[in-house]
Amino acid sequence: MGNIKPNYIRPLDLSRGRVEMSHGSGGRAMAQLIAELFAAAFDNVYLAQGNDGALLPKAEGNLVMSCDSHVVSPLFFAGGDIGCLSVHGTINDVAMMGARPLYLSASFILEEGFPLADLKRIVDSMANAAREAGVSIVTGDTKVVERGKGDGVFITTTGVGVVSDNIILSGNLARPGDKILLSGTIGDHGMAVLAQRENLSFDAPIVSDTAALHGLVAAMLHSGAQLRVLRDPTRGGLATTLNEIAQQSGVGMMLQEAAIPVNKTVEAACEFLGLDPLYVANEGKLVAICAPQDAESLLGVMRAHPLARDAAIIGEVLEDAHGFVQMVTRLGGRRIVDWLAGEPLPRIC
Amino acid sequence: MCLAIPACIEKFTAQGNAVVNLGGVRKEISLALVEDVELGDYVIVHAGYALQKLDQEEARCTLEMFARMSEMNNPQADGGAP
Amino acid sequence: MKYVDEFRDGTLAGNIAANIAREADTRRSYRLMEFCGGHTHAISRYGLADLLPPSVRMIHGPGCPVCVLPIGRVDQAIRLALEHDVILCTYADTLRVPASHNLSLMRAKSSGADIRMVYSTQDALKIARAYPDREVVFFAIGFETTTPPTAVAVKQAAVEGLRNFSILCNHVLTPPAMHAILDVKTTGAAQGGVGLNGFIGPAHVSILIGSKPYEVFAGDYRKPVVIAGFEPLDVMHAILMLIRQVNEGRAEVENEFTRAVTREGNPKAQAIVAEVFELREMFEWRGLGSLSGSALKLRPSFAAFDAELKFKIDYVAVPDNKACECAAILRGEKRPQECRIFGKVCTPENPIGSCMVSSEGACAAHYSYGRFREAS
Repeated sequence: MGNIKPNYIRPLDLSRGRVEMSHGSGGRAMAQLIAELFAAAFDNVYLAQGNDGALLPKAEGNLVMSCDSHVVSPLFFAGGDIGCLSVHGTINDVAMMGARPLYLSASFILEEGFPLADLKRIVDSMANAAREAGVSIVTGDTKVVERGKGDGVFITTTGVGVVSDNIILSGNLARPGDKILLSGTIGDHGMAVLAQRENLSFDAPIVSDTAALHGLVAAMLHSGAQLRVLRDPTRGGLATTLNEIAQQSGVGMMLQEAAIPVNKTVEAACEFLGLDPLYVANEGKLVAICAPQDAESLLGVMRAHPLARDAAIIGEVLEDAHGFVQMVTRLGGRRIVDWLAGEPLPRIC
Repeated sequence: MCLAIPACIEKFTAQGNAVVNLGGVRKEISLALVEDVELGDYVIVHAGYALQKLDQEEARCTLEMFARMSEMNNPQADGGAP
Repeated sequence: MKYVDEFRDGTLAGNIAANIAREADTRRSYRLMEFCGGHTHAISRYGLADLLPPSVRMIHGPGCPVCVLPIGRVDQAIRLALEHDVILCTYADTLRVPASHNLSLMRAKSSGADIRMVYSTQDALKIARAYPDREVVFFAIGFETTTPPTAVAVKQAAVEGLRNFSILCNHVLTPPAMHAILDVKTTGAAQGGVGLNGFIGPAHVSILIGSKPYEVFAGDYRKPVVIAGFEPLDVMHAILMLIRQVNEGRAEVENEFTRAVTREGNPKAQAIVAEVFELREMFEWRGLGSLSGSALKLRPSFAAFDAELKFKIDYVAVPDNKACECAAILRGEKRPQECRIFGKVCTPENPIGSCMVSSEGACAAHYSYGRFREAS
């Protein structure tokens, strides 16, 4: 290949060093950061090509692409960090289309002064998450902004996957009579992050549910159930996702509050802070809408998967010109589960 | 705003505060507005302060009354009068 | 959660509902006002209206402290943040209240004002200690539940000599507001208008003030009052107790919330409040006009902590938007759906009046939880 090995003065001080403006300026310092930190961790043949763009092989099927930016604060929280969050989040967006995620790009906006030790922790977390998911981080970008103009680090990931012709999942396909399934407890991620900020402590810690869901999705697609919609409820919570789908499909919904799984500690934490778990973010859950006759068997397939042991049928789709998502409360009365109305919550995704 | 929750006093800390526990969630709050509270007591907490001790005996009575109401509603026990 | 879950039991709720259905006289109507924002929220959030017979109608009263805050008072807070460069600490509820010049505290924050959300007055004190060179103002709103925490903070600031800490005091009192409602209502009834048959007394205000202050409404106005706890079963049970009072022609103060409310209330908290605050002569309420002896200000001995004096910001009254029916809704004379702009121009995303801003406001509660009832 004939690469001339660059003659660095000294390797990056990953324990006590900090991000400097030169790390984003395109010169030797940036090349060193990329080589010793990012490329070393993400390590795959595409990245090793060493070009601005990754040359990827032909794929069988239709292409699916998605992107997500991550600005979560704090960067490290119980159960995860901004790194694995950024990998899982984009993998999930691709998976919700029924696609198999293949490649990710990762772009970083770093604040001058950000500790390299923290950056390494984040990058290693991303590398682990990608490896466990069988996905490669094939290209990326790095910029540095002056101290005070960033919040440590912002990460944007874009994902690409493939889906075969016969899989059609879309938010506008829900029909009256369909059943609504949820893969597990709601509010875990948002409360894990918020609890850290608000100095709550727990008998049984609340841990973010951040996870890559493409394996679960594959099992569900394989089950033979007629799936109409798959979506992961992130910011804005389950309520927002269901309202989006109801609007896209031009239908209404009726949920059963008693059927919606909520971790007891999350419920208590929400009481403390005056929040409704329906509106709190998740990062490792999905909503599935399927034909009514397939609901029970689909539920069985989901519960057999480690990421969906608490899956439940939480409601059904109705004919409703207004598109209301209604709920029978645990008291037996009815209410609507409306869109989130701009609550001033701290950044949690 | 009107949010208040009943929580159990788990530990006293410095400066008249206490750590309370509701359903497995713990937070430090101020006891400046109450007196004679002991470990294991329940208090009503609002905006970071305990407002009052919860009278557990009265709570029990109230719940018992609700339960009795259900018996009145189910007359099978006393012979089927509607 | 102990003492929470038991009071949300669906089966027990059904039983109380059956009793209400049996005892409510179908030949008459029961118009019951709940006075506490927390009750308004509980009724909507649990869909309790579905558990009541049509003869029983719940009317939402002015028990939401954000909803009764006049625009001019929010303007003061915004001016402090924008023009005096203070760190303004506030409970989350006030952030989106629409004020003058198309501003809100949230919008002021977007344009650079240092406005911080706190859960407790202790948080505000922490900020004052952390930033000794900045002025820190706590936007103090709320009824009698929320006043003692402010009093404790002011006392603590005095003891510590925290000279950069002050409060913008908007604490208001429940009994004067109930008088104002009843005075209007009595007139209305005499002229053939609609009247109220009883009150559900606020849960947490009553913890502080006790059940005694409501005795005048039972005695002088002959209106039954039942103080109810915060949970849906408490509210259902209190409704049943009110129906019984009305049926039996009684007008008494009864206490459903015996696990937390006594006749005397919390004397320690009352004493701390009395030490720090005194009555304002007059105070303007959104929807109820100017009421005497209805609000608090700091005593002269604590004047150094009074932001209105410290920064010399005067209150300028601002009329409500002409189309806004918050005033009538707060008095229980109109329902949210009877306001022309409800759900059209005025929504939680774009609130025109304060009833839509706070999640405890009648309009927000109805919009967020109940508007499907009209639509069907």
